[in-house]
Amino acid sequence: MALLITNGRVIDPAKGFDEVTDLYVSARNIKSIGKAPQGFRPERIIDASHRVVSPGFVDLSARLGGGGAEHGATIVSETQAAAHAGITTLCCPPDTTPVLDIPAVAELIHRRAQLAGLAKVRCLGALTRGLGGEQLAEMYALKAIGCVGVSNAGRAVYNTEVMRRALEYAGTCGLPVVLQPEDYWLGRLGHMHEGSVSTRLGIPGIPATAETVALSRDLLLVEQTGVRTHFARLSTAKAVELLAQAQAQGLPVSADVTIHHLHLTHDAIGDFDSMCSVRPPFRTAADRKALRAAVARGVIAAICSDHQPHDVDAKTAPFGATEPGVSALELLLPLTLELVRGHVLDLSTAIGAITCRAARVLGMQAGTLEIGASADVCVFDPERKWTVTEDTLLSAGKNSPFLGRELVGKVTHTVVGGQVVFDEEVNAPAAP
Amino acid sequence: MTASNIQLDEQGRLKHFLSIEGLPQGLLLEILSTTEGFAPVGRRPVKKVPLLRGKTIVNLFFEPSTRTRITFELAAKRLSADVLTLNIGDSSTRKGESLLDTLRNLEAMHCDMLVIRHDCSGAAHFIASHVCSEVRVINAGDGRHAHPTQAMLDMFTIRRAKSDFAALCVAIVGDIAHSRVARSDIHALKTLGTREVRVIGPRTLIPPEIETLGVHVYHDLKSGLQDVDAIIMLRLQNERMQGALLPSAREFFDLYGLTEERLAVAKPDAIVLHPGPINRGVEIDSQVANGPRSVILQQVSYGIAVRMAVMSMVMSSAAKPEPH
Repeated sequence: MALLITNGRVIDPAKGFDEVTDLYVSARNIKSIGKAPQGFRPERIIDASHRVVSPGFVDLSARLGGGGAEHGATIVSETQAAAHAGITTLCCPPDTTPVLDIPAVAELIHRRAQLAGLAKVRCLGALTRGLGGEQLAEMYALKAIGCVGVSNAGRAVYNTEVMRRALEYAGTCGLPVVLQPEDYWLGRLGHMHEGSVSTRLGIPGIPATAETVALSRDLLLVEQTGVRTHFARLSTAKAVELLAQAQAQGLPVSADVTIHHLHLTHDAIGDFDSMCSVRPPFRTAADRKALRAAVARGVIAAICSDHQPHDVDAKTAPFGATEPGVSALELLLPLTLELVRGHVLDLSTAIGAITCRAARVLGMQAGTLEIGASADVCVFDPERKWTVTEDTLLSAGKNSPFLGRELVGKVTHTVVGGQVVFDEEVNAPAAP
Repeated sequence: MTASNIQLDEQGRLKHFLSIEGLPQGLLLEILSTTEGFAPVGRRPVKKVPLLRGKTIVNLFFEPSTRTRITFELAAKRLSADVLTLNIGDSSTRKGESLLDTLRNLEAMHCDMLVIRHDCSGAAHFIASHVCSEVRVINAGDGRHAHPTQAMLDMFTIRRAKSDFAALCVAIVGDIAHSRVARSDIHALKTLGTREVRVIGPRTLIPPEIETLGVHVYHDLKSGLQDVDAIIMLRLQNERMQGALLPSAREFFDLYGLTEERLAVAKPDAIVLHPGPINRGVEIDSQVANGPRSVILQQVSYGIAVRMAVMSMVMSSAAKPEPH
């Protein structure tokens, strides 16, 4: 479709571009910025005056349900939420039900996402069979079906030899490895950060060393094998320090952080708020400060939602018996913009962390408005206020510690491959 | 929501009794003075007062307990309430759905008060925040978090022997990390203005940053017991010896077991408390447990009076004028 997005503030951090201008889309691709291509006849015009036009957002981790684990959420409901959030590419980690360790599962997810047609879903294949941490998964086959990387999701690979071989084999297949560093033994009994709040509440803790011990081991294995590795969901200041050292040393490593870890600390748990049960856990204010600074400096490349939609029952229990995770797709943009308003990040770095820098860590062609690139675009009103409620979230998961909070920044249009998949006039839920 | 919000009604009266944390000193003193009133009931020929006649109290025990369960039962009976005890057993695999369903069923039976023990920290808060407004909740122990009636009976026992908290130094000895009794005792002692609260134990059994609760940490029993007025010994669970927390019960006793000899460094009139059941020869020597400074059995009798006090207080906040 020939689409003209007119008079918006076009921001493309990949190219350092930031101007109020027009964006021309045709035949599913970005055709031109600023100047109309010859003979361009728009079939549709979106007036983006006083709005930002950015590349569609790229989310490195979103659970889409559809298996047994999160009944309620489906690929359709969650890609609808993604479209509502301006997210045009999202990565599905392999801890699906059944586990994403054979091509058929990836194929099914790809097909359902294509049928829904609301967002591009990329799969991360399993690093080990069944995520059991013992035998290698068929990574070559997973790559052939389109997996953009391999990961053991939140399950530890405690056998160090298996980890070494998995890295080597992934390297052979040319797949980046995504690791969520948590030492199994230090973390296995815990439900929240080990510190003053866990001591007060009497909830078994997950010490910061659960993350740093695993990260240190894995960094040494990356040094040995030279395999491209992305560390997902960092939560501690010390991990940031270790990662920065490794990067300075020239290791091929990158990292991401969830948007909620950039906002909340273990104090948010208050008196057992199960909405704040997440893994890795919310840590201290000093950790949050270090994570924020790491995003600003580029040590942490990307911000992700780590979306985990849960039904009501999964969060309705005493803290330690609830499922960890936050429904966060639709908060990715406004909570990122809050960091801009708080002078933590400049706008270009903030948008970059949820577009081109996220795409780059897994080598995905996305997150840019380059001429010829797939027209994945998000138009948002950076000043619009809205309140997070169960009704304003389209995701089937209403599990958010931000329920009731007023946020600023609202997506008005989302375009995937030149098709408008979200238009607030048409698809908007109840007005705020 | 803070602990005090959910535990108090608009007039600041006790609505649920979930944890000591967040309760004002005045309320703790009120519990202690109400307990004084109930203490003689157990020694009367007719051990009953009609305060909660016609009320239904359900003891909901998801974790095995003998002493706490029985004293809650006795307390309810001495207040003339109808009491029902459900032993639901090991709940480690139990999910919130069934906990909430259990709650809804009991509500449907028009119970007035739930006394709950559960192995998850926060279980009583969870129940109290989901229960309908007429039902009262008392925490009889949730995970490692709180055991507020135990703390109040410990305070009552200490006050009977010592009177003024501001002059006291109290040591809590043993497995602090896994102990809800320790946490509640610390909050109660601090709220009542105790001069110094010490926790004593090996580093493996002291939770991180416990100093933030206002206590001093000792790893050496002898220096920790120096000049203390009261010693609260904690029960050491056998399973602590199976992980990497302690090498053996024998070594624990060698380092932290309370013997007459070690007690000698405390004040001459120091008292020894223990929430029970005691492990003789593991955390406490028989000579001390049976000795003149031990107030362990007084704690048990006071336990009934404290629970009567708390039950009557939370029910009186629920009392409302009869509809015409």
